[in-house]
Amino acid sequence: MYAFNYLKAQSVADAKSKVAAATDGKLLAGGQTLIAAMKLRLAAPSDLIDLGGVAELRGVKAGNGELTIGAMTTHADVAGSADVKRRIPALADLAGQIGDRMVRHMGTLGGSIANNDPAADYPAGLVGLGAAVVTDRRTIDADAFFTGMYETALEPGEIITAVRFPVPQRAAYAKFANPASRYALVGVFVAQTSGGVRVAVTGAGPVVFRVSALEAALTKRFVPEAVEGIAIDANGLNADMHAGAEYRAHLITVMTRRAVEVANA
Amino acid sequence: MTIPLSLTVNGQAVRADVEPRTLLVDFIRDHLRLTGTHIGCDTAQCGACTVHVDGQAVKSCNMLAVQAADRAVTTIEGIAAADGTLHPMQAAFRDHHGLQCGYCTPGMVMSALDLVASDPAPSRERIREALDGNLCRCTGYQNIVVAVEAGARAMSGER
Repeated sequence: MYAFNYLKAQSVADAKSKVAAATDGKLLAGGQTLIAAMKLRLAAPSDLIDLGGVAELRGVKAGNGELTIGAMTTHADVAGSADVKRRIPALADLAGQIGDRMVRHMGTLGGSIANNDPAADYPAGLVGLGAAVVTDRRTIDADAFFTGMYETALEPGEIITAVRFPVPQRAAYAKFANPASRYALVGVFVAQTSGGVRVAVTGAGPVVFRVSALEAALTKRFVPEAVEGIAIDANGLNADMHAGAEYRAHLITVMTRRAVEVANA
Repeated sequence: MTIPLSLTVNGQAVRADVEPRTLLVDFIRDHLRLTGTHIGCDTAQCGACTVHVDGQAVKSCNMLAVQAADRAVTTIEGIAAADGTLHPMQAAFRDHHGLQCGYCTPGMVMSALDLVASDPAPSRERIREALDGNLCRCTGYQNIVVAVEAGARAMSGER
């Protein structure tokens, strides 16, 4: 790892000014991806601004039909939160499936979505639930937040402070995990909301996406059989040593069906 | 350039000057000479470097030492009794042959203790889930799972 300056942020405002003052500053959340990338010298920031001590970024708040989760809330805390388990159990379940136990103790919601790994779990949860990403300067709809592989709508220096999740009527996340990495080979988040059914897919393409054919079928009838026979176009899907594009396309329908089964259970 | 770091390691206050890029595992092994915490893959996959920070298991090869500032770190050296009597979880690994080469064992024990802290009587399925981030290339895991189950029982005072 190359040397860098380490700065501890006391607040969001303090982090903002420290990032602005750095030549090539990066925010450090849980570091479960960033530190690994720095060890491989894939990333070499001049300054790391650690958000670990910023209390205002942590915690779950239950409000009017929604949950607001601070950006620095760890996956373990989301998975174990009584509020999340009661209001959006599918989201607690998703958080509990990220990485492994040790990674979940360090990794954070904000860090995960800012990194936007194409096989990460949270992007499916945010898009599936129609969440809103709150930053130090604006609110961004999840549908507009994840713009490409490892790319987001965040501007340089913009800091995610929280995510607001509307509480759905019911929802579930079904993940076909890579047996070694536990990243999603294909993960499907299905939510039945007042505005219809949302189906968000991670792991299958370069970035999380929704599948309108599945959404339309499930909005008509929210049962597993509703998606039978809906073929997903493999064009543009990921293909690697773990799974080809056709297999991933097939898994999207399979995991959607499983998610609906769980949501209805 | 170094910066001052203070934290607690196995109950002892520790102060040191470290480079910010020092990994927690390197600080524990090279600065404190506590070499029970192992480096296996060095890519946060194998869990041989597992320690507790404020009571939670983390992979110390994937964390900066400065991220542990003002926090309490427990390593494998910190769990046996002062007279050297093994912790019940360590004893269970020995009694149930939960290791062969032993390289992964400190991480396995620290992860097992983290699990038992939240679930004093875990099922075998829960044990396997909780050890998802710890790789063993010798045992095939069967005896590790048996050892964790027995260790948990011993910790709650039954045999």
